[in-house]
Amino acid sequence: MLLAYLPILIWILLCAGLALAIVFLSHVLGRKRPTGAKLSPYECGITPVGDARSRFPIKFYIIAVVFLVFDIEAAFLYPWAVIYKKLALVGLLEMAVFMAVLLVGYLYLWKKRVFDWED
Amino acid sequence: MNEYALGQGLWEMGFAAAVPFTLVALSAMAVLLADLWLLPSQKRALPWAALAGVLLSAASVAFLWNEEATGFGGAIRLDRFSAFFAMVFLLGTGLVVLLSSAYARREGVERGEYYALLLFGTSGAMLMASAVELVTFFLGLEILSVSLYVLSGFFRQRPASAEAAAKYFILGAFASAFLLYGIALFYGASGSTTYAALRESFGSAAFPYSHGLLALAASGLLLIGLAFKLGAVPFHMWVPDTYEGAPTTITAYMSVVSKAAAAAAFIRVFGASLSSLQQDTSAVLWVLAVVTMTLGNVVAIAQTNIKRMLAYSSIAHAGYLLVALTAAGEAGYSSVLFYVLAYVFMTLGAFGVVSLVRKGEGGADAGAEALDISHYSGLAGRHGLLAAAMAVFMVSLSGIPPTAGFFAKFYVFSAAVRAGEVGLAIIGVLNSLVSVYFYMRIVFLMYMKEETVPVRGSRSRAGWVALAACVLGTLLLGVLPSSFARLATESIASIF
Amino acid sequence: MLDYVWLVPAFPLAGVLANVFLGGRLGKKFVGLVSCASVALAFASSVAVLVEMLALEPGLRHVERHVFTWFLSADLKVDAALLADPLSVLMMVVVSGVAFLIHVYSVGYMAGDPGYRRYFIYLNLFTFSMLTLVSGANFLVLYVGWEAVGLCSYLLIGFWYEKKAAADAGRKAFIVNRIGDFGFVLGIILIFRMFGTLDFGSVFPRAAEMFPMGSPTITAITLLLFLGATGKSAQIPLYTWLPDAMEGPTPVSALIHAATMVTAGVYMVARCSALYVLAPVSMGVVAAVGLATAVYAASIGLVQNDFKRVLAYSTISQLGYMFLACGVGAFAAGVFHLMTHAFFKALLFLVAGAVIHALAGEQDIRRMGGLRRELPVSFWSFVVASLAIAGIFPFSGFFSKDEILWDTLQARGPLVWGVAAVGVLLTAFYMFRLLFLVFWGKPRHGGHVHRPPLSIDVPLACLAVLSAVGGLVGAPMLFGRHFIKEFLAPVFAGGAGHAASAGHAAAAAAHVSAGAGAAHPVSELGMALVSISIAAVGIALAHRFYVMSPDVPRRLKEKFATAYSVLLNKYYVDEAYGAIFVRPLVAFAAGLWRYLDALVIDGAVNGSANTVAAGSRVLRRLQTGRLQDYALSVALGAVVVLLFWLTRW
Repeated sequence: MLLAYLPILIWILLCAGLALAIVFLSHVLGRKRPTGAKLSPYECGITPVGDARSRFPIKFYIIAVVFLVFDIEAAFLYPWAVIYKKLALVGLLEMAVFMAVLLVGYLYLWKKRVFDWED
Repeated sequence: MNEYALGQGLWEMGFAAAVPFTLVALSAMAVLLADLWLLPSQKRALPWAALAGVLLSAASVAFLWNEEATGFGGAIRLDRFSAFFAMVFLLGTGLVVLLSSAYARREGVERGEYYALLLFGTSGAMLMASAVELVTFFLGLEILSVSLYVLSGFFRQRPASAEAAAKYFILGAFASAFLLYGIALFYGASGSTTYAALRESFGSAAFPYSHGLLALAASGLLLIGLAFKLGAVPFHMWVPDTYEGAPTTITAYMSVVSKAAAAAAFIRVFGASLSSLQQDTSAVLWVLAVVTMTLGNVVAIAQTNIKRMLAYSSIAHAGYLLVALTAAGEAGYSSVLFYVLAYVFMTLGAFGVVSLVRKGEGGADAGAEALDISHYSGLAGRHGLLAAAMAVFMVSLSGIPPTAGFFAKFYVFSAAVRAGEVGLAIIGVLNSLVSVYFYMRIVFLMYMKEETVPVRGSRSRAGWVALAACVLGTLLLGVLPSSFARLATESIASIF
Repeated sequence: MLDYVWLVPAFPLAGVLANVFLGGRLGKKFVGLVSCASVALAFASSVAVLVEMLALEPGLRHVERHVFTWFLSADLKVDAALLADPLSVLMMVVVSGVAFLIHVYSVGYMAGDPGYRRYFIYLNLFTFSMLTLVSGANFLVLYVGWEAVGLCSYLLIGFWYEKKAAADAGRKAFIVNRIGDFGFVLGIILIFRMFGTLDFGSVFPRAAEMFPMGSPTITAITLLLFLGATGKSAQIPLYTWLPDAMEGPTPVSALIHAATMVTAGVYMVARCSALYVLAPVSMGVVAAVGLATAVYAASIGLVQNDFKRVLAYSTISQLGYMFLACGVGAFAAGVFHLMTHAFFKALLFLVAGAVIHALAGEQDIRRMGGLRRELPVSFWSFVVASLAIAGIFPFSGFFSKDEILWDTLQARGPLVWGVAAVGVLLTAFYMFRLLFLVFWGKPRHGGHVHRPPLSIDVPLACLAVLSAVGGLVGAPMLFGRHFIKEFLAPVFAGGAGHAASAGHAAAAAAHVSAGAGAAHPVSELGMALVSISIAAVGIALAHRFYVMSPDVPRRLKEKFATAYSVLLNKYYVDEAYGAIFVRPLVAFAAGLWRYLDALVIDGAVNGSANTVAAGSRVLRRLQTGRLQDYALSVALGAVVVLLFWLTRW
């Protein structure tokens, strides 16, 4: 049974091998002339200022979570739509229940003013 | 398709099995939405709405009491076992709602989400007890756990509460990973996730490991995940911190409902489906039971905070449950059911008293919760009934007749003896001897010491009703245990 | 009436309920009246049961009454069932009778106490529990009564909980008893495992069929049960709670010592005689523990200065004799001594209470004396009781104690008898020491002597009569019949097979008919004379020491200073228990708490205010350390479980 996955294993090994080989080769063949500027993080960009753990509004988290929920809803709808006919009435009802539950969440979010960006 | 045919079709698909927890979940949503439109002065209605949902669901369970149904392609099952546990969860939830109606308002956490999450958690617990398929079980577990993560951090302004939630969440996620990994491995090994497949994979008792290392590892991981939910040592570390920091009513809910749900799932998975592994399961559980009982009881002695003491006591009681699970067999498992029922009354009662007692006039923090054990000094003089109720719960928790706790322990230990685990029973009895010390210390303080800090008991009528129900239940199970024990035996018989 | 045995425990319970729900509203008079009446009714109904039972053929005197089915599980059915047989009925009569007198006495004694109602509720509950204990028809009912008695004693000993000593004593009684109960529960579990039932009616008859003589199982069961008995009946090594129990009100001491609590162990051993006779080793242990306790406690009693404490050690010692009797197979003699002891010990305590009451709380006998004239009723009662306990003919204690000594001689030979006789000497000595110090000589107390009320004197007089003549029911030499032994014979039928018991019965019969114990070199009559003379020597010694030349004790005290202080400090057993058991356990718990909990877990209190002050640096370090520790613990546990699990493959 596992034999069927052999090509995938070979493919993974090939990918990893190639990546490792490139890094290794560039490490061996490349010239190294380190300077202070080159060794600093984000060497090609702006000088970092302050702590990376800066606080930003919690709205971003909420939006991310809400996005996730409705994204999954969409992901769930596609396969359902494909076999919609086979599932018949019961399938429709089940999806309706699912949507209704989501709707409750949506109403809740709305009333909690999650969608009002200005506050 | 006419209406009748549709109803018939749904029935044949086993939708009946989903009715009880669906009703709870629906009322949770109703409470959640109602909260959005209610005026602040109308929010007093929320606990009653939640209670109505609980009663509705309980009525449906009663209605379906003699039915058997398997629904959703063999994912959930309605039988006497799930009905019994549904009743236990609903009873626990109902009592917690009553206790909360006073507590939550005074502590300023009376929001719709509080009751909605309680109900969601209950629906998750009910799903756990009726699941006969691993992913469905996991779904129930996560619904319950996520609700509890939020609820234990419900005092958003208090660091202790946030800490309780964070610790519970991180460790809970850790344990969930074990479970999920176990489920995944099992799916890999057998291509199915139903309990029936589980039972087939492990074949006969003579040769239980025919399905290979993968399935065996899967069962081991499931064992670990469930032991965490039960709060067994060494997976117990979250218990004291979380119980101490969470709102008291939520602590009560956690210790009763989440523990009972874990026990229910354990019986379905290891008792009914993996019975061929019973000897090895018992070997592991034996050790877990001994360390859990002993650590819980011994460390409880040194506690000064009553919630923390009750937390260790609940670890110890998880140990007694593990004794019963070690004993296995119908006697062992039915003693689990009886224990769980007894535990609902006595533990909810004890936490209930804690939630109703607060510091009285005179201190800087008058009105705050009285959580130090010394606050219980002389309670009998000022609040005779409250102290008497607490004394009943303490007597019951330490297993002295004629209370529920005595028979709970009696059934557990006699099941252990019957299963040939005499040593374990002796360790258990010794442990309950140790436990008398710290339970009776409370009684001693209440009745035989002078008051040190003025405390006052809440006059919440709902809270008193809940306490009265707990006292009655504790005594009823202690005086007339036979019909409840029969109920437990029948429920176990329905899944074997 | 036999059908209504349940009325016997039901009356006191009704009294409890009436006082709980109505007592507060209806006042003191009502409370006292209801309590006394309920116990009086219990007594009346148990007497009625006794009368009806006497009318039955001896073989039919075993009536079980099922009250309700208590619980069922797969193969276990336990009824809340009551049993009326000669043993339980005798116990009911003694318990309810003595308890009734103590109730009446309490009305006067506790009159001024603010906890009057609470006191009577507990007292009734105590009586109810003990009556349940003796009337249960299976081990579980017995166990319920057993635990309830323990709980009530805890409440009553600690009744004056404002006093630290009282509260501590209550707790000590409870905890020491729980240690014994542990053995008792294990014994019951083992019985259930072996017999599959807990009913007396099925366990006892089957024991002899199922197990051979000396079977290890039965030995284990009986030893475990006996551990329970040592706790409840204050025998070595679990006797330490009883002397401290003096902190309770004096009538409670009387109740505990005479009727309710401590006799439970003797009753239980007698009830299980069918098991004990199958286990000679256990019988030996029971006899040895009883004998050792009898002499040991008596020796402590010699030098104690607290009135009630002397009596407490005397109870321990007398209980030792009862166990000695059981251990040599003379169960009927043990129960007989239990009965006579109930009379005179209740009396002694009630006199003690009257004296203490009269002297406004004084308990030290060195500050009493000369009370003969002021308290005549108490004095004469005390004389009767002392003669009874010392075993002087024809007072009640003589018959029962002499019988025990005789049986001991028959069963275990002269050496054991000699040790037991030393106990008799000590008993006579300390009792008369007490009598002389309290009632003779010059008054050494300062104040005025209160006259006791009638409700105190009447029970004293009743008990004095009982103590004087109560032994006659077991006086074969006078009547040619041993009523108690005949009455109890059906219960101890199994025990009758035991050599000593049967031998004794035969000997007694032979003695009565022929006038001499033909089967034995020494006649019972002769031995009785010997034991009376031993007691008389003890009395004479006490008289010489404490009346004739009062400085002898002082000189002895100086000469044997070490021995004296060892006795005075009760052989330092409390201290030893403290050092060996209590402190290490507390230290262990505290250590676990400090290192495991406080260091690893309790730093978590970071949420609470006190650790906020401990500084955020420590706090943060602890917090992160913590959760990782927790996760580590989960992970390690998981690894161990999984490793074990995978080796099963």
